[in-house]
Amino acid sequence: MTLLTLDGIEKSFGAVSVLNGVTLSVAPGEVVGLVGDNGAGKSTLMKSITGVYPVDKGTITFNGQDVTAMPPGARRALGIEMIYQDLALAPQQDVANNIFLGREPTKRLWGLIPGFVDKARIDAEAQAMIDRLGVRVPTVHIPVGMLSGGQQQTIAIARALTFKPKLVIMDEPTAALAVKEVQSVLDLIAQMAAEGIGVILISHRLNDIFQACSRIVVLRRGNVIADLEHAKTDMAEVVSYIVGAHA
Amino acid sequence: MTLTSALGRANVRPESLFVLIGLIVLMAILSPVFLSVSNLFNILLATATFGIMAIGATFVISAAGIDLSQGSVLGLSSVTGAALVVYAGLPWPFAIIGALAAGSAAGFVNGMLVTRARVPAFIVTLGMLGIARGLALVISSGQGIYGLPAEILFLGQARPLGVPTPAYILVVVAIISHYLLAHTRFGHHTLALGDNEQAARATGINVRRLRLQLYTLSGFMAGLAGLVFMARVNTGDPTAGLNYELLAITAAIIGGTNLFGGRGSVLGTMIGALIMGVLQNGLNLMAVQSYYQQMAIGAVLIAAVWLDQIRIRGRVL
Repeated sequence: MTLLTLDGIEKSFGAVSVLNGVTLSVAPGEVVGLVGDNGAGKSTLMKSITGVYPVDKGTITFNGQDVTAMPPGARRALGIEMIYQDLALAPQQDVANNIFLGREPTKRLWGLIPGFVDKARIDAEAQAMIDRLGVRVPTVHIPVGMLSGGQQQTIAIARALTFKPKLVIMDEPTAALAVKEVQSVLDLIAQMAAEGIGVILISHRLNDIFQACSRIVVLRRGNVIADLEHAKTDMAEVVSYIVGAHA
Repeated sequence: MTLTSALGRANVRPESLFVLIGLIVLMAILSPVFLSVSNLFNILLATATFGIMAIGATFVISAAGIDLSQGSVLGLSSVTGAALVVYAGLPWPFAIIGALAAGSAAGFVNGMLVTRARVPAFIVTLGMLGIARGLALVISSGQGIYGLPAEILFLGQARPLGVPTPAYILVVVAIISHYLLAHTRFGHHTLALGDNEQAARATGINVRRLRLQLYTLSGFMAGLAGLVFMARVNTGDPTAGLNYELLAITAAIIGGTNLFGGRGSVLGTMIGALIMGVLQNGLNLMAVQSYYQQMAIGAVLIAAVWLDQIRIRGRVL
């Protein structure tokens, strides 16, 4: 059974053709690494999946449903979540508020006045999520901007997971992290996969890709030129595909 | 929990409270009448008008916006309210409706221009500063509109239980606004918008609508301040509120609102407004010329932002 199926996706911006018939699938609990040189079309492909860019041709099927014509909000409601490279966090707001940003649960004040943000519940649920992920954060009351890059990345992941997604797309989640912090993000990815979430990991760091992914897809000039099983390939082969040296 | 951490959690700059207390002690030493009850009420009365405006400024600045038109909108609102009752002969509630509607409308226009026409808020509200003031002068033919009904004067001049009505109005508005900013989704989204617009957008917050609401709210507060001002001086004065935006923005900033957005507190703004009120009043008592007061307020604003810059640079934010 597949979770996400892309079939013959084409996308161009004016005269520039960026995706030329991309076909790709992701199964539940599978971590697929998406690699390729700058300009290969990785970002455009991801934005086509989330719905930010409508595609010109081809179909996108998610969980058995054709989502090709759906706007981003509807796809998100179905369980497609994207974690952006430039961390969409509000640095001066605390950890808990960031995790619940945009969908704060509310209660009635003194049982009367509606519309009050249930801060106690936000804090408790944020803490529970952080504990479940095994993330190390001093307290959920600390502003996100005071945390390290790695901690911020895990907060971004925690927020994505509270949406109970089926597919998580991660764009360079380890690019700005210290070596020690990379491991905790990769551990989180493994944990998501173990819970049955499909993950697409975009990264320039092949070490991370090889550690986290069961399948590696190489994009070059808008085409999938290789779709490799982790067990049956090695870094040299992937690199040769990326640079176009593979015959 | 210590006082400092409690203030910090409420987004109030602890220093601002110490500055306020220090200023009060200083003024009490320098002037024998400063601590008299009637003088303290004077401070409250003066603080009420720009304090209400400063609450509006707090919301807009927390969202990384700015509203320079508030002082002019105050003037326009007071003239509009007075004209409806005195010139048009409508019943007294129309003075209230007129002032609040004029303020809200000016704020709404600001918001539409910022969100739809995508003109920077600085320019939109600077333009509105000129437009609203000009319109106030046109409506009133450049003269004060006198002769307001007693019901309206109550809002500015009465002293229920010995306390001036504007002080009650300020406190009620401040409490409601505090909960709005600190404890509602609207407030949370306002701070998030000021913190990182991309993040706010990515989490599905309707940024455009939120901004429009914030500028309208700022205009509404200026309208309410105009109503109180008009009632206090018994005049729809087209020159009312001149340079009040300076007071309002300064009160918000020294109260702990981040000029670049993401942090703000109505409680802090109230402390900031009281600092401005005490400063003005104390300088008056010491018979310092009002020209110097202007300079002092301007200097306080610059110093407050300067200190904030030093603080931000010293931190990993």
